[in-house]
Amino acid sequence: MFIVKEIQTAAYLFASILFILSLSGLSSQESAKRGVLYGIVGMIVAIIATVMGQGVEGHVYIIAAIAVASVIGIMLARKVEMTAMPQLVAILHSFVGLAAVLVGFGSYLDPETQLLTGAAHTIHLVEVFVGIFIGAITFTGSIIAWGKLDGKVPSKPWSFNGLQLMNLTLLIACVVLGVLFCKAEGTSGMLYLGIMTAIASFIGVVLVMAIGGGDMPVVVSMLNSYSGWAASAAGFMLGNDLLIVTGALVGSSGAILSMHMCHAMNRSFFSVIFASGSGAAKGGEKKAIEGEVTALNHEEVAALLKEAKSVVIVPGYGMAVAKAQYPIYDLVQTLRKTGKNVRFAIHPVAGRLPGHMNVLLAEANVPYDIVLEMDEINDDMPDTDVVMVIGANDVVNPSAQDDPNSSIYGMPVIEAWKAEKVIIMKRSMSAGYSGEDNPLFYKPNSEMLYGDAKASVEKILSFLK
Amino acid sequence: MKVGIPSEIFPSELRVAATPKTIKRLQKQGFEVYIQRGAGLKANYSDQEFEEAGAKLVNTAAEIYGNSDIVLKVKEPAAEEINMMREGLVMLSYLWPAQNQELLQKLADKKVNAVAMDAIPRISRAQKMDVLSSMANIAGYRSVIEGSYHFGRFLNGQITAAGKVEPAKVLVIGAGVAGLAAIGAANSLGAIVRAFDTRKEVAEQIQSMGASFLTVEIDEDGATASGYSKEMSKEFIEAEMKLFLEQAKEVDIIITTAQIPGRPAPKLILDYHVAAMKPGSVIVDLAASSGGNCVSTKPGEVYKTPNGVTIVGKLDQLPNQASQLYGNNLCHLLDDMGKAEKFKIDMEDAVVSRAMVTYNGKINWPPAPLQVSPTAGGGAKKVAAPTAEEIKISEEEKAKKTAISTLISLAVVGGLLLLVGAFAPPAFIQHFTVFVLAVFVGWQVISNVSHSLHTPLMAVTNAISGIIIVGGLLQTKNDFSNIMTILASIAILVASINIVGGFVVTHRMLKMFKK
Repeated sequence: MFIVKEIQTAAYLFASILFILSLSGLSSQESAKRGVLYGIVGMIVAIIATVMGQGVEGHVYIIAAIAVASVIGIMLARKVEMTAMPQLVAILHSFVGLAAVLVGFGSYLDPETQLLTGAAHTIHLVEVFVGIFIGAITFTGSIIAWGKLDGKVPSKPWSFNGLQLMNLTLLIACVVLGVLFCKAEGTSGMLYLGIMTAIASFIGVVLVMAIGGGDMPVVVSMLNSYSGWAASAAGFMLGNDLLIVTGALVGSSGAILSMHMCHAMNRSFFSVIFASGSGAAKGGEKKAIEGEVTALNHEEVAALLKEAKSVVIVPGYGMAVAKAQYPIYDLVQTLRKTGKNVRFAIHPVAGRLPGHMNVLLAEANVPYDIVLEMDEINDDMPDTDVVMVIGANDVVNPSAQDDPNSSIYGMPVIEAWKAEKVIIMKRSMSAGYSGEDNPLFYKPNSEMLYGDAKASVEKILSFLK
Repeated sequence: MKVGIPSEIFPSELRVAATPKTIKRLQKQGFEVYIQRGAGLKANYSDQEFEEAGAKLVNTAAEIYGNSDIVLKVKEPAAEEINMMREGLVMLSYLWPAQNQELLQKLADKKVNAVAMDAIPRISRAQKMDVLSSMANIAGYRSVIEGSYHFGRFLNGQITAAGKVEPAKVLVIGAGVAGLAAIGAANSLGAIVRAFDTRKEVAEQIQSMGASFLTVEIDEDGATASGYSKEMSKEFIEAEMKLFLEQAKEVDIIITTAQIPGRPAPKLILDYHVAAMKPGSVIVDLAASSGGNCVSTKPGEVYKTPNGVTIVGKLDQLPNQASQLYGNNLCHLLDDMGKAEKFKIDMEDAVVSRAMVTYNGKINWPPAPLQVSPTAGGGAKKVAAPTAEEIKISEEEKAKKTAISTLISLAVVGGLLLLVGAFAPPAFIQHFTVFVLAVFVGWQVISNVSHSLHTPLMAVTNAISGIIIVGGLLQTKNDFSNIMTILASIAILVASINIVGGFVVTHRMLKMFKK
């Protein structure tokens, strides 16, 4: 029982619409769950329409593969801890990349490909070539990103002089291979395709190796974008509009996210991707830091919080590392019970994944209406009594606004220093990801609280209760 | 090192140079603390509290002055106290060096290294040890409380069943620390507050504390590099007097805070101002100790003029609070001087060298001038901040550049599209159209996704990009030995993990987001 081509096309159109609705559903908390539902329905429609289409064979293998994969997928998704979300997202991206590579090879081997002639044949080969290229980069790049996020690969940027030159050479080599590949008769181009896949895989590794841990939000969203383009390229190979549309949706969404993240770090997309260092030093004296660092103990911090009317918490990656979100929630509850206005201020690039902090706080039951974006809360800073900076550094660095010679100058930051009192919870005095010293620590209204974020919050809590 | 705190012998001095809290801090810094019995009684700190905080009680002042390395005091020492001091003693106290040359000489003769807490330079780094600020803050607060007490009416406006109450009007002259504290206190009690200062730069601070800034029509700025105001021209003073007269007729409480270090306070409220005020209104003169801003002020007294205006020339010190803040200032200074372990008199240090008025038997006063005014030090800032006009020009240039680059990129895109159209087969063009439109749709749809949902968004797009499964589905054959089937099956497998995993994890995340 096959369905005719027209009906299949209609089903694809319907699926595309559902995917668009799914993405737009995620624009607000209220409609987000509905958005996921649209996505699931769209996917089911798409799969059924494809499987029931004419000429699809091997239903047994298809069903077996999907069944096995579903079990694995559900287990992965159930088991993953929210702090490990970046890793999961990264590894899932690699799957799309791998699938794109496999589909590309499959398409090249498909006897139907050989039936094409002239421009159509060449274009098809280019599609295959480009699709595999993007897929391979996505695949290995995502695996390295996963390794970095999981601590299996050192998160420090790994780079050397001439890296860009090497990448460029490799890219040119790929173009040459592409030309040779298109001219090859039958399936004799397999060798070129294989070499190119190896080179692309290598580029993927090097590209992500050169990027440091703090830039991960950009990398992950970029890989997200790539996985979309890979799907789109597969759509071109197979002449399948559904794949093209869906891939393009995902690709542009990932691209927007990456640009968003870059904007939040005041870096250009290219400087992050091609790892030209974290904003090259512009020369000139950096502003000398005045003042001295003063520290408080937990009891004194608790006393400050008791007196405060309005408290803002600025979490960073350090909170995720220490898994401090649960005691923080308890702290927030305790403070809110006494009528204090407690809110969170989230910088767009806090954490290792766009929106990472929001998910962690949501996991700890923090209501989302007290979790605010940087732009929403900066104006309230002067009226805030106490700001608690937990495991964040660069995102509260005043140099970004007042020191034109700082490498992070111009990056939008949370203006914590405008509050009455700032408490910075940190393990040590070390610099943040950018390597910039933070003058905030030296301001007369800021106090350090050294130690593990989780233990510290718990201790403060014990003095408040 | 031993730190000693004697009782203050001056009868009207109620403060003490340490409190149980600051004694704990001193011990943290590594000092041994000795305090004379009864030192804190007038400020409501008992000997027992001091002892519990870890201080050792001592019976006489002679023991304190004779055995300590550092002595903490409030009021400048009397001759009998200086006689008890040992050579090389470091003493932290109010000294008013400009008025007390004789006292400095005596201290120098005794080889006492005296730090005048009132001579700490008013720079940002030294704010935490600035006793003038911390004490002025208390005076400003207290001036409103006393003013309100003598005024005998509500400060805030109310509408009650018994009728409507007008809010009181308060005029604060001089917006230093005391003036700003007074503005804040009066504002939070609900009064309508106005403030006057010759320095234009403080207008913003006045407004931020909740008062309206009064000014005269003459354009003259009283700010100086020292942070205090300078004396103004005759025209300015005339205009100022006229303004005060208008205000005197209207306001209920006037609080004056204008002081010039080392000189008598300027006379700002004259006879005819007092005469113009309504009966029952109040003048609180915070400059009373240096002669008063009001000609009718009697220092140390509160009295009523014949036309019913109460003039307050004496303020309670809030000794308990004042001792705490003063003690903190002292702790901060000792912190800066290296605590007990590395204690050092560093005459290179900008703060210590200026406040150390006698050192090694010599008088070290007056010190070299230091620039503190926010405008005077801000030359560098001005260079960095472009003027409005420059910004406008650079914005126009930017707009032009964007317009040009948009045009160029449009032309390039158009050219490429033509090229594609010329060579590609129709099927490709069709797919290409779909692709480009989909990119735009994706762009529009994602642009307004909320920040907090970025992670779920990525997980969902991840699941959706698993659509590549369709490629695998189309390629499987019935024959498993066919390489295509194997490749396709693996593709289906990994893509399905992606789809299922992505959707499930998104669902899990979204379930967590609660209002």
